[in-house]
Amino acid sequence: MNLELGAYAGTVLGAYGVTLVLLGGLVAVSLARAARLRRDLSDLEGTRRETRNG
Amino acid sequence: MSFWELANPARFMRVSAAVLPALWVLSALTLGGGLIWGFAFTPDDYQQGSTVKILFVHVPAALMAVNIWIMMLVASLVWFIRRHHVSALAAKAAAPIGATMTVIALVTGGLWGEQMWGTWWAWDPRLTSFLILFVFYLGYMALWETLDEPEKAADLTALLCLVGSVFALLSRYAVFFWSQGLHQGASLSLDAETNVDDVFYWPLLLSIGGFVLLFLSLLLLRTRTEIRARRVRALMTVEQPA
Repeated sequence: MNLELGAYAGTVLGAYGVTLVLLGGLVAVSLARAARLRRDLSDLEGTRRETRNG
Repeated sequence: MSFWELANPARFMRVSAAVLPALWVLSALTLGGGLIWGFAFTPDDYQQGSTVKILFVHVPAALMAVNIWIMMLVASLVWFIRRHHVSALAAKAAAPIGATMTVIALVTGGLWGEQMWGTWWAWDPRLTSFLILFVFYLGYMALWETLDEPEKAADLTALLCLVGSVFALLSRYAVFFWSQGLHQGASLSLDAETNVDDVFYWPLLLSIGGFVLLFLSLLLLRTRTEIRARRVRALMTVEQPA
């Protein structure tokens, strides 16, 4: 195992940090939007079914 | 099953729902494995010291930034020729992923360059065409948001994608067209003589595999979301009083 980053620690950790934050953020935003749209569609289709069945 | 059957939104939703859980697990394992191997189990480079570890995030992100645009180009051409809505929505879903990959490549490249070249940025052919590619990603996403009519938005964004492909290809091959600039040539090539050392090569391949799998997982998830958004719009239009 080689975790000695020496003088470049800030640079290397910064590069990995930016990558993980951006990828994590993208996954989180995508999952949140997917959940919201699934809920919206389910509500709308539920309302339509109720309207049709009287 | 033919690939073209996925053009049917209902079929796409069924197949993607079945594939997605395994794809998430596989991408987490591959990406986690590649990044941990690259970060913790590779030696320092004799010239670049520990900054060589940036290779495992910078190269996969840069590869994805260009190749996602190429994927969007293919999806746009399918839209132009066959008018499959799922392909237009897949291109739309891919754009924010590509833009994120471009930002990662630019930022990690800047951090690396500051240590190795003594500067964050240079108007080097590859760096400049990458920056232009990022602007194209922003323009592409803005165009989708600006236009209310989905078919018109799909047509115009597909056209923009065709134009932007010139810069996607330039960012990959710029070093062959112009002088070398500050940026080095390809880290990976089918020509084994130009590849990085084996001790970096295998974790790099694993990391690239992880980025590709993460892209596929996000692409399926986001395309499913776009299909649902389209259905929501359609239902709301039907329910609105004339």
